[in-house]
Amino acid sequence: MMTSFFDQFASPSYLGIPLIAIAIALPWVLYPTPSSRWINNRLITIQGWFINRFTNQLLLPLNVGGHKWALLLASLMIFLITINMLGLLPYTFTPTTQLSLNMGFAVPLWLATVIIGMRNQPTVALGHLLPEGTPIPLIPVLIIIETISLLIRPLALGVRLTANLTAGHLLIQLIATAVFVLLPMMPTVAILTATVLFLLTLLEVAVAMIQAYVFVLLLSLYLQENV
Amino acid sequence: MADKPVALAQRKLMDVKLGELPSWLGTRDFTPNGLLGSVRGGYERYYNKYINVRKGGIGGVAMFLAGYVALSYLWEYDHIKHDRWRKYH
Repeated sequence: MMTSFFDQFASPSYLGIPLIAIAIALPWVLYPTPSSRWINNRLITIQGWFINRFTNQLLLPLNVGGHKWALLLASLMIFLITINMLGLLPYTFTPTTQLSLNMGFAVPLWLATVIIGMRNQPTVALGHLLPEGTPIPLIPVLIIIETISLLIRPLALGVRLTANLTAGHLLIQLIATAVFVLLPMMPTVAILTATVLFLLTLLEVAVAMIQAYVFVLLLSLYLQENV
Repeated sequence: MADKPVALAQRKLMDVKLGELPSWLGTRDFTPNGLLGSVRGGYERYYNKYINVRKGGIGGVAMFLAGYVALSYLWEYDHIKHDRWRKYH
């Protein structure tokens, strides 16, 4: 059986239970609901503060109609950031490396923003297809280009998240294998490569958070255009 | 002084003697509702002991994540043992 570096992205299953099910259910357990006390414990307070700050920040550019999406966008962001960060722990499985999951998030939400725009304000929504101030001969071409750019948005959203996370995990595994193999032969080179691995892990932590944020931010931008 | 005789069904696992283990298991509730109740009970016990305290720190979350790493290792063991056996990576 030929094994490759991509085997880490195959969903492992044990006793009939796929690990992806546990990995997707885990973020729900990690954020307990605040009790009805006046002052909660430290962790719940930090959690509530962070969620409040983030939702406030995210909803700044949206008008009142977009505020209906506050719960969805905030919970999506928490979910993605938790899953990405948990995937950096050893031996864990990252569900967001699966394109199916990311497309499952991207396509319905993007389609919802488009349909809301077309239904509530069709002229404005169609008007977004032509940027202001374009020279008249360019109009037909530009409308085609803008339509293609609109239709490619869900694909871009899903593939961006998948590709970033998959590439990061793959790089970590490659460089870690290199360090492991070089250690008996050339320890100095191994130490240099280990430094690269350390920096890469820091980058991966950043990427995990940034990618989740970008996903939700772009979605809110699409919403802002259409609402 | 001898302990008060408590019925088998009401005892916790740590209070059950080894010989009584099969009969104790027979008194437990293995219906879906029962399993859900036991999961919820376990969650509440862990939460109230390690997270819902006045000066909770990183320990409660860290123990939970360490358990998750161990669980993932168990799930992926079949794949990992091939990594150990392989001559060329």
